[in-house]
Amino acid sequence: MKKFKKLVEYFVEAVLFSSSTITSLTVILIVIFLFREGIGMFNSSPLEQNFVIVVSQKNPVQELNATQIKAIFNQDIVNWSAVGGAKDSIILFTTNDITNYYSEEELGSSLENLPAKLNDFILENPGAIMYISSKSLPPNFAGHKLAVKKIGVADFVFGEQWYPTSEPIPSYGIWPMIIGTLMVTLGALLFAIPLGIATAIFMAEVASMRIRNLLKPIIELLAGIPSVVFGFFGLIIIVPLVQKTFGLVVGETVLAGSIVLGIMALPTIITITEDALRTTPQALKEASLALGATRWQTLVRVVVPYAKSGISTAIILGIGRAIGETMAVLMVTGNSSNIPHSFLVPARTIPATIAAELGEAPYGGLHFKALFALGIVLFIFTIIVNSSVEFIKNRSRRA
Amino acid sequence: MIQAEAKNANVWYGDFHALKNVNMSFEPSSVTALIGPSGCGKSTFLRLFNRMNDLISNFKLEGSITVDGQNIYAKDAKIDEIRKTIGMVFQKPNPFPKSIYENVAYGLRVNGINDRRTLDEVVERSLKQAALWEEVKDNLKKSAMAISGGQQQRLCIARALAVEPKLILMDEPASALDPISTAKIEELIFELKKSFTIIIVTHNLQQAGRISDYTGFFYLGDLIEHDHTQKMFLNPAQERTQNYITGRFG
Ligand SMILES: Nc1ncnc2c1ncn2[C@@H]1O[C@H](COP(=O)(O)OP(=O)(O)OP(=O)(O)O)[C@@H](O)[C@H]1O
Ligand SMILES: [Mg+2]
Repeated sequence: MKKFKKLVEYFVEAVLFSSSTITSLTVILIVIFLFREGIGMFNSSPLEQNFVIVVSQKNPVQELNATQIKAIFNQDIVNWSAVGGAKDSIILFTTNDITNYYSEEELGSSLENLPAKLNDFILENPGAIMYISSKSLPPNFAGHKLAVKKIGVADFVFGEQWYPTSEPIPSYGIWPMIIGTLMVTLGALLFAIPLGIATAIFMAEVASMRIRNLLKPIIELLAGIPSVVFGFFGLIIIVPLVQKTFGLVVGETVLAGSIVLGIMALPTIITITEDALRTTPQALKEASLALGATRWQTLVRVVVPYAKSGISTAIILGIGRAIGETMAVLMVTGNSSNIPHSFLVPARTIPATIAAELGEAPYGGLHFKALFALGIVLFIFTIIVNSSVEFIKNRSRRA
Repeated sequence: MIQAEAKNANVWYGDFHALKNVNMSFEPSSVTALIGPSGCGKSTFLRLFNRMNDLISNFKLEGSITVDGQNIYAKDAKIDEIRKTIGMVFQKPNPFPKSIYENVAYGLRVNGINDRRTLDEVVERSLKQAALWEEVKDNLKKSAMAISGGQQQRLCIARALAVEPKLILMDEPASALDPISTAKIEELIFELKKSFTIIIVTHNLQQAGRISDYTGFFYLGDLIEHDHTQKMFLNPAQERTQNYITGRFG
């Protein structure tokens, strides 16, 4: 009998141990996966796989960065001298242009003459820059490949343009999304914090037991509503409301996102704040009242200061809830890729971008990796938020 | 002259009749000890005088409680104003998690007094009255949570004295303290009696004998006997008092 008990204990211990190990390992694996995929984008050429940019053998330019290439193909730069080459005007050539120069007969029915023609073109046009598939190049091609600078972390973080599929070179600048995410989150907190704390105070200190018992389940229900439903509600109610109130062309704005997110962050803020307020010992409240303080003075001078660290935790966890939220925001912020300069314009957030684009990004491609890099940025945000919770908790424990 | 008085006081918690027709009055500058077995209603009675029982939802009072000739349960009575003139010291020291200075200044601050000079004066005077000044005068900014339990209780007394109450209510103020701290509190009560009226609940009969002028004995919600302390301890009129004091029950 005793032996059996020991065995059960041992078994339970093993189960507990392996569960926690599995959980930790899963977290570590996810982080490793995220970083491996995400960091990949800074190690690969920004060009699409199997595509190259070539110039004449005589062209002294060896390397260009993404911005320069984009400017050249947009014809903002029209002379090689602007990028460190000879004084020679730039002639653009992409695969789509072939038929402008050569007829279908010349190229052959299955494009078997294409490599030779490309060779001819580069020989005849020393100022040419060609964006073509590396498969269509002849073996002894009379031009050289241009090296393309890899995307730097600064280009990624501070870049203002996000054109993940543009040709010949995509842009992966996430600055507008960082600003968008921060603004939507900030806006959400601006109304969720006062409203949440006020509700929590009402529930903990003012409301009768009966009202509190009515409110509590409603707030818990609010926490359980799926995010898509919030998004739908936002789309049908908040977006038109914002549009009408401010007389806007489109209602899908940062403000609409903030309102929806704020509502979603409310249950977290209310529940944790209320719990914190309730930890204030009755003896302290009585001491304050016995000195002639009113209920409000007691609340402001004793109860709230006592619950300070709990309230900060509530706010930060509210931020955490808001910053990572995807679906609802995707539906109501309008997904503009411009930097939002006010709360009344569309914006897009990091999680919304990932959700919207991951499905159409080819697996393993640069766009795919860029979305994972976005995930890393979000992950860093979350870590900052969580460690500030820890920081506040530790600080209040010491005080 | 009478400082405070209960007339025909009956208290119910819901259906439970906790105090039964209690009549008791308190002279200025006297110490009255309330004794009796646990659950007999001593705290309930004490807390009638600063309306602390009002915090309990099913509390009901019949009869009248007057302090300074004023019925504190009158319809137009302002509870916070009344509480400002009555100090209370609780069983467990309950300083605010603020500095020593701010603890003492609290009662003034909630009264809208924030003038630094006034506050400094009152803090010093109150801490001296509570016999704590010498121990903390160089550390007024120190957190009240970082001093000993006995010091905390004297701080709580100083905090109550700061608003210059006429009446001080103490609910077993020394029961959570060591013998030395207890002796200090008793000494202090003896000093304070000169300028304040004190009602103190205690389970310690020797303590009641040492510090009080009058003693009231409660039993199951009834005030059995109320008289000079010496009379109560040496020659009580009621047999139940005699039995309790000699330790035959309770
Ligand atoms: N909030 C309450 N609700 C219901 N009954 C209560 C409440 N507070 C006290 N009582 C009851 O009223 C009676 C008197 O309580 P009280 O606290 O006044 O006793 P006490 O004499 O101070 O006891 P002790 O010496 O243990 O402190 C007790 O029977 C107690 O159970
Ligand atoms: Mg009691």
